[in-house]
Amino acid sequence: MRILTFLRQVLDAEESVHIANNTVALENSKLVMDTMDEYGVEEALRLREGGIEAEIVAVAVGPPRVQDALRTALAMGADRAIHVETDVRLDAIALSKVLAQLATQEEATLIFSGGQQADWDSHALAAATAERLQWPQVTWTSALELAGTTLTGKHDADEGSESFTLELPAVVTTQQGLNEPRYPTLPNIMKSKKKEMRKESLDQFDVTPKLKFVSAEIQVKNRLNKILDGKDVPAAAAQLVDLLRNEARVIA
Amino acid sequence: MILIVVEYANGKVSKSTWEMVTAARELGREAPITALVLGSNISAVAAEIAKAVDQVLVADLPALAQYDPEIWSAAVAQIANEGEASVVLIGGSRSGREYSPRVAIKLDAPLLEDVISLKASGETLSAQHYTYLARVTETIEATAPIAVVTIKPGVFNPASPRAESAEQFDVDLNLPMPRLKVTGKTAERSSRVSLTEAEIVVSGGRGVGSAEGFTQYVEALADQLGAAVGATRAIVDAGWRPYSEQVGQTGKTVQPKTYIAVGISGAVQHLSGMNKSKTIVAINRDAEAPIFKIADYGIVGDVTQLVPAILTELRK
Repeated sequence: MRILTFLRQVLDAEESVHIANNTVALENSKLVMDTMDEYGVEEALRLREGGIEAEIVAVAVGPPRVQDALRTALAMGADRAIHVETDVRLDAIALSKVLAQLATQEEATLIFSGGQQADWDSHALAAATAERLQWPQVTWTSALELAGTTLTGKHDADEGSESFTLELPAVVTTQQGLNEPRYPTLPNIMKSKKKEMRKESLDQFDVTPKLKFVSAEIQVKNRLNKILDGKDVPAAAAQLVDLLRNEARVIA
Repeated sequence: MILIVVEYANGKVSKSTWEMVTAARELGREAPITALVLGSNISAVAAEIAKAVDQVLVADLPALAQYDPEIWSAAVAQIANEGEASVVLIGGSRSGREYSPRVAIKLDAPLLEDVISLKASGETLSAQHYTYLARVTETIEATAPIAVVTIKPGVFNPASPRAESAEQFDVDLNLPMPRLKVTGKTAERSSRVSLTEAEIVVSGGRGVGSAEGFTQYVEALADQLGAAVGATRAIVDAGWRPYSEQVGQTGKTVQPKTYIAVGISGAVQHLSGMNKSKTIVAINRDAEAPIFKIADYGIVGDVTQLVPAILTELRK
């Protein structure tokens, strides 16, 4: 079988966000593979190590820099990578058109993608891709097992979690807790440099985004920052309760 | 028409639905506001929402007893097509955000996700939503005969019911068979007020020390204040608290009037789930913890001593 793991390259969560020209400026910031996507790469590797015969193909769409995220996936153990090059920002609905076509071309039967993108905060890519392929989906998985073409596991729903079973092909979203992604070892990093990185142009996918991005701003809510020293416990407790009761008026 | 897919729980219309009614009214379009109720044994829900909209479409079918993304998206797309909807409003719950992209693809429509504002001008919809783990507010636009929008819970003011009731119509649906088979559920219901609807949320992190510490400090404080309880990813992973209480990127997003963080340092993933709360209160040992940067009030000190002292003070 063939597994596609879809990757995005995003701002490292520890980095500050900077805005320039109405958009988030990523130059000079540390960029990493979206951690939610990393769990998908790791899970694909684990399925293979568990005895499933699979080729693992990492896919990313974006400017040349996204190849760094693809290289990380290759160094973790993915077999080859596909980079669809574009400087255009695609919303999830548009992006799903690229991913669905690649899945068909590659005859993939399982797609992994992160549950939420750490840049656009979108949840939509997996479901949109599944719909285009007419495949089922399962989102926010926290445990997975594959036997033949039957996928079983656990995932998070509105309230609590559910156990499920599903026949492949399918699109699956991943999150923290599913596994512990490995760090690439030096020999694997060296080996990954010889792995195939195929470049494709966005043109052939016939994508027209329906969403226009107008502006971005950081709206910082001014916080009062009245932070008390708690060394004198009863005094600090009394002062805090007094502030909440009589200044903020948020408790009775 | 403007279509609202009704969210409900335990036979009651959810607060998120009343918020969607406000979003629909604020669009200021001539089109009738139509509520779609999907489920099984849902007549009480249909009657309740009839007091807020222009018409109610009811699909009360055994096949809809259990939510499924493929079934829900097929139902909503069919009704939107038949009713020539211009806007489809779906709740920004986990499930809403899961099936709404399928609806958008079926309708060849743009998807505006998790919006906090929504305006219409002709066929153009303009909205704001958060990006970068809720640190950036972005403005987006779409111009199309039909658009799918998910509404972030807890932002719009909930609409109030009116005295008169709109007419209800039963609808027929062509539904697919579910392919995702749910074989078991871990329902985690709490007797407290719902986390996403509470005015006050008291949350705990590693700083409470243990599962017992959570009960002793966080739950006690929540019960004293009539608040909901929340937890960080770290302590949910540690098994101290159920997942349903998790606040943050992979849990729930809350924006109560008051958020009290007990023993929480404030990882960016947690902050993204609560940083829009009106007033933030933090109690933590470490003065350098990021939570204090977004706190209105706080105490640097030992949770195990401070919370009992605060409880004593509150009971005075």
